[in-house]
Amino acid sequence: MNKNSNLSVFLNGFFKENPTFVLILGMCPTLATTSSAFNGLGMGLATAFVLFGSNTVISLLKNLIPDNVRIPAYVVIIATFVTVVDMLMQAYVPALYSSLGIFIPLIVVNCIVLGRAEAFAAKNNVLKSSLDGLGMGLGFTMALTMLGSIRELLGTGKIFGMTIYSERYGMLVFVLAPGAFIALGYLIAVMNKLKKA
Amino acid sequence: MAQLESSFKNMVLALAAISLFAAFTLASVYTLTKAPIEASKTAKQQNAIKEVLPETFDHLADPVTVDDGLETVIVHKAYDKNNQFVGSAVESSSHNGFSGKILIMVGFDKEGTIINYSVLEQKETPGLGTKMVEWFKTAGTKHDIRGKNPSTTNMTVSKDGGDIDAITASTISSRAFLFTVRNAYQAFIQNTDSASAENK
Repeated sequence: MNKNSNLSVFLNGFFKENPTFVLILGMCPTLATTSSAFNGLGMGLATAFVLFGSNTVISLLKNLIPDNVRIPAYVVIIATFVTVVDMLMQAYVPALYSSLGIFIPLIVVNCIVLGRAEAFAAKNNVLKSSLDGLGMGLGFTMALTMLGSIRELLGTGKIFGMTIYSERYGMLVFVLAPGAFIALGYLIAVMNKLKKA
Repeated sequence: MAQLESSFKNMVLALAAISLFAAFTLASVYTLTKAPIEASKTAKQQNAIKEVLPETFDHLADPVTVDDGLETVIVHKAYDKNNQFVGSAVESSSHNGFSGKILIMVGFDKEGTIINYSVLEQKETPGLGTKMVEWFKTAGTKHDIRGKNPSTTNMTVSKDGGDIDAITASTISSRAFLFTVRNAYQAFIQNTDSASAENK
């Protein structure tokens, strides 16, 4: 497959350069919000929306922004998208908003978003940039949902709130921070193995 | 099109234009979402009030706010169809939890017996302190606070000599929770309807 085809740019975010499993970017929200599959999915989709929007707009404006002020300009654009997501979530999915809480505003400083703006959107055309944003965002969502499902299953015996086995046999450690690191470590190992195969 | 040169004028113009556009976008989204945000907050509060009050409840009096300088407690007095006082839903908070603010709604009947409670806001440890949402209303256990009256039951955790079992491994969250319940009861007693209390 051609390395620069639109499809490969889109798929890049899922496997070859998955933000969580390969680039290991944005660990703070990854570890903190994946205590359940639903939270992971919500956080991932919110970040995907911001990535898609900021990548598109930044790539549109890249020639109008003088080089010396590009970082502040990017940050303002990203912060705008994040605040929009923040307000929309608060209005239409208050339950998800209350469980993600502070991590939504913190998408502003998520290094994936600024990283893709600098590394990709500032150098490529609009179509490729938005595809990259979407791919990266959905790759991040996939990773967070996987991590969230594993932690929820091992910790409380549920996936997306559906009981698989009794909560009494759940390992509490997987709901807490250490379990996040353990689960993430194994997931990265499995991903690396799959990539080599 | 070539990239704009980093001259002073270009930089100021580019940043100003982007900021203006961002401000405009945010202002419009804010206007758009203001009403739904308010509505969802009110709906949550109203649902909580309904959940914790006796079934005979028909309408509420204007809420009374009690502020002891540390925590703010809001008492919603409830009346039945014949304007008889049936109890109160009390919104009470604590900052002594394991992390962040705990905000709960506790319902008392007119004698001060706890009917039910609902946790409106908490940021306790997932899997530990967050269990408070169900823990204190698990039927048939020593930590079920429903049907107990804080004037006869010692509303502190058993570790501190009280009558309520704390959440396993979450004594701090449990203490904070029971503190909000006691605080709510104090506010309830101060604002109880003396007229109907005499009638009973």
